Amino acid sequence: MPLRVCSFSFSRPSSPSSTVISIDSDTKMRPILMKGHERPLTFLRYNRDGDLLFSCAKDHTPTLWYADNGERLGTYRGHNGAVWCCDVSRDSSRLITGSADQTAKLWDVQSGQELFTFKFGSPTRSVDFAVGDHLAVITTDPFMERTSAIHVKRIAEDPQDQVADSVLVLQSPEGRKRINRAVWGPLNQTIVSGGEDAVIRIWDSETGKLLKESDGEVGHKKPITSLCKAADDSHFITGSLDKTAKLWDMRTLTLIKTYSTVVPVNAVTMSPLLNHVVLGGGQDASAVTTTDHRAGKFEAKFYDKILQEEIGGVKGHFGPINALAFNPDGRSFSSGGEDGYVRLHHLDSDYFNIKI
Amino acid sequence: MVAAVDIDGRAAQLGINWSEINLDSIQLPPGDDFGIASDDEAVYHEDQSEFDTGFGNIIVVDHLPVVTREKYEKLEGVVKKIYNQLGVIRENGLWMPVDPDTKKTLGYCLIEFNTAQEAQNAKEKTHGYKLDKSHIFDVNKFDDFDRLMNVKEEWEPPQARPYVPAVCLRKSCCMFVSLLRCFFFQENYQKWLTDEKARDQLVIRHGADTEVYWNDPRQKMPVPVHKRPYWTESYVQWSPLGTYLVTLHKQGAAVWGGADTFTRLMRYQHSMVKLVDFSPGEKYLVTYHSQEPSNPRDASKVEIKVFDVRTGRMMRDFKGSADEFSIGGPGGVAGASWPVFRWAGGNDDKYFAKLSKNTISVYETETFSLIDKKSIKVDNVVDICWSPTDSILSLFVPEQGGGNQPAKAALIQIPSKVELRQKNLFSVSDCKMYWQSSGEYLAVKVDRYTKTKKSTYSGFELFRIKERDIPIEVLELDNKNDKIIAFAWEPKGHRFAVIHGDQPRPDVSFYTMKTAQNTGRVSKLATLKAKQANALFWSPTGKYIILAGLKGFNGQLEFFNVDELETMATAEHFMATEILWDPTGRYVATAVTSVHEMDNGFTIWSFNGNLLYRTLKDHFFQLAWRPRPPSFLTAEKEEEIAKNLKKYSKKYEAEDQDVSLLLSEQDREKRKALKEEWEKWVMQWKSLHEEEKLARQNLRDGEVSDVEEDEYEAKEVEFEDVIDVTEEIVQESM
Repeated sequence: MPLRVCSFSFSRPSSPSSTVISIDSDTKMRPILMKGHERPLTFLRYNRDGDLLFSCAKDHTPTLWYADNGERLGTYRGHNGAVWCCDVSRDSSRLITGSADQTAKLWDVQSGQELFTFKFGSPTRSVDFAVGDHLAVITTDPFMERTSAIHVKRIAEDPQDQVADSVLVLQSPEGRKRINRAVWGPLNQTIVSGGEDAVIRIWDSETGKLLKESDGEVGHKKPITSLCKAADDSHFITGSLDKTAKLWDMRTLTLIKTYSTVVPVNAVTMSPLLNHVVLGGGQDASAVTTTDHRAGKFEAKFYDKILQEEIGGVKGHFGPINALAFNPDGRSFSSGGEDGYVRLHHLDSDYFNIKI
Repeated sequence: MVAAVDIDGRAAQLGINWSEINLDSIQLPPGDDFGIASDDEAVYHEDQSEFDTGFGNIIVVDHLPVVTREKYEKLEGVVKKIYNQLGVIRENGLWMPVDPDTKKTLGYCLIEFNTAQEAQNAKEKTHGYKLDKSHIFDVNKFDDFDRLMNVKEEWEPPQARPYVPAVCLRKSCCMFVSLLRCFFFQENYQKWLTDEKARDQLVIRHGADTEVYWNDPRQKMPVPVHKRPYWTESYVQWSPLGTYLVTLHKQGAAVWGGADTFTRLMRYQHSMVKLVDFSPGEKYLVTYHSQEPSNPRDASKVEIKVFDVRTGRMMRDFKGSADEFSIGGPGGVAGASWPVFRWAGGNDDKYFAKLSKNTISVYETETFSLIDKKSIKVDNVVDICWSPTDSILSLFVPEQGGGNQPAKAALIQIPSKVELRQKNLFSVSDCKMYWQSSGEYLAVKVDRYTKTKKSTYSGFELFRIKERDIPIEVLELDNKNDKIIAFAWEPKGHRFAVIHGDQPRPDVSFYTMKTAQNTGRVSKLATLKAKQANALFWSPTGKYIILAGLKGFNGQLEFFNVDELETMATAEHFMATEILWDPTGRYVATAVTSVHEMDNGFTIWSFNGNLLYRTLKDHFFQLAWRPRPPSFLTAEKEEEIAKNLKKYSKKYEAEDQDVSLLLSEQDREKRKALKEEWEKWVMQWKSLHEEEKLARQNLRDGEVSDVEEDEYEAKEVEFEDVIDVTEEIVQESM
């Protein structure tokens, strides 16, 4: 696997605000360009230790990389469609993937062996392991006459004992709208979902009761594309095509912050270390003007989590950014684009000294 | 103020103390107006406004033969056959009433078409159609029927509406409601000019909203003045002196203005109005409407009305086919080049001219008829242009007879129609006229054929209008084969700028009509080589110019000082489509309108190229600065101020500083509040996380695993440090 390095700068936002302190655009910070997928990236996920990076793309093979140097470890072969999402267990032994081939698969991370296949009648869009890794939440798309649904599966300790049955199936009131992401709430007591209808819902994971819905006034105005929760499950951030990202309290669904940008947001993540959030996106691939790469604004934008102000941007992709993930140590992050590349950025001292 | 005095007197009689009464607390019983009709203009008009009855697609055909029951179907067949050719008759759309007594038809029928367009077409085509000798169709639209039925047999002179002066004189209006209105009558339409901070207003349209803002560069943001969704149905336009804002609607145009907010001042009925234009002194408003013909081979119909802005009275209307209104100039909407009527310069609004085939029609506004009742005959004239200050008309006639008759540029004095000066030009392919804003010079850009007639080259004919005998000077560029991309006079000045040469890097040259040594000759000041520019935008006060690269150059901006011949700043507003100086020349707005899908919005710059602030708005359609009337200061006084700028600017600099201190103070406060709020959340989350520790441990099969939260800790230490304070005198500050 050849590694290519490309010139890069952490550029200053062109905001007139004089309070922005420039981040030196020297060449210290070079991203590692990881070319292993042939189709647009869809999802990125670090393991808890932050040494492995899993990538999903519209080609059929999720790929595992070393998070430090971008070397490819291997691929997970078996899916027969675009892979939309993945999650890795806390001990980095199990991987779960959701694919457009209407299945979700469990894998042995180390051997790449397929352990179990959950079959659904429609594409699976998102997967998430619960705390303790005994449960997983899987969302399925509306397809043919099927409506979108959230499935809760019990994950057996021993793959031999794994059963296909769902513990719980939740039906969204907007059955024809896709649910783009569902994750577990604190202590696995709730499930938080967001999707095309722009509404965030909190469900009781025991009874399946719908507990809360986001307020239409303050909530997103267009489909929610991504959802990323904090390490301690206290809050989460959603990105939407309405060109904003919003930060919510995970227990009360209170809107805390809104980050506005100029392009539709496809991916969001939060730094576990500093009070920063990162927004990625860009014009829809079909709407991108071909004249100038600047027109697309394919930038990963850094915002101050508290002040909601833009602090910087990382350019480089030549297609919209579809996936973003922060290393749990907060010292590097990676972005995956419609262009098929994963860019791994190790943040340098300049970044850690930003003051606004 | 008569009314106010009256009220005081009356109040004293009744023993009421005015100052103790809260006018807002008084409620009139609903529906009772105490015999006082409201003088709210809007109320009157509302009743009169025409509503679409929704029967626009139905026509009434009269003078059909009266037939018996046996022949009913035959007649129905005949009528259907006629009208089916002209449009689609709706199912059961033909209704021929029958007299219940005689069982005979009543001699008319109603036909419902699919669209109003078809109905209109059918009406036009069959009105007067001869079915036979004694049955000639009389076709009307159903909508018109009510109106036609109500026409009185005898003509009644229209009742004159009493004149309502700016101060309410009617003694009867001493009730509270009307009193308030009285104050409205004295509204100062120019109040925006007295803004303490001397800010300028701008209007923007985005999405469904139209908004008026103050441009507040001190606060680095626009300050809202007025906002209204669906304020206009197509676009908005300021009047030339900034007094009014005109909006377009289905029923016509309306002007808005007022002291503190925007209220509707007058409406002008012109259904489906498409374009409007003001006379330079904003006395008159010209509205334009064109209708697509029902038959595509016909020319579209055009109707133009001229209104008196203040009274709302229609002064004159012009009707005709689009061909009559579309000679010369670049095509505007549906064929006609707008404005069709061009107003003579100056603020007295005396003359306006229309160009049509072989004639120039000049009207005067006293009688709204042609001067001397005659148009000026000029064979083959293709373009006319008024001087911006005088009633002088420049015109251009191209070559005729295959070059036997030379092309001609001429100046005509109005109303005498005397030709002041003319120049014959040979082997001309095209010609364009540029007046300098104070009417001192006229530049005519002439494109000539080379000897082979295969290519063209350009030169200028420069007329000095204010000098005796109007001398003409010919200017050719250093390289006369250069293509001319843009030309612009310095407003109120003696210089002009030309972009010439080949794309993608043309040159920009500056010329002056006056130099210290040489007053009578044009001379070149400088040429800037290889600039990424294709448009020129002079500051309205002159001296500064923006060399802009729009379209292909993606919005390159170069702020240039022509006095010093130096670049003040270069910048880029990516994809910018529009560049607009504010009327004072202090600020510039650059905008990306919805022709592009991305980055819609506008940016405000200072005159020397400092980016002040950006505002992003999706579906951004329009931005327009509110114009200011010309200054009352004399030229000498202006010069004096420019000379002693330091003295005058002191006060404003102090204000600037205060504002910026206040802003940074506010900013700090805001940040502090945000941080505190966030701390509260974090504390709450931490305590909850702690509480749930055990439960989490159980979920993880007893694994003690909450270490990760303590592994990394970010500490923020804040300190502020003044590194250096320097004071420098900036030359260019206004």
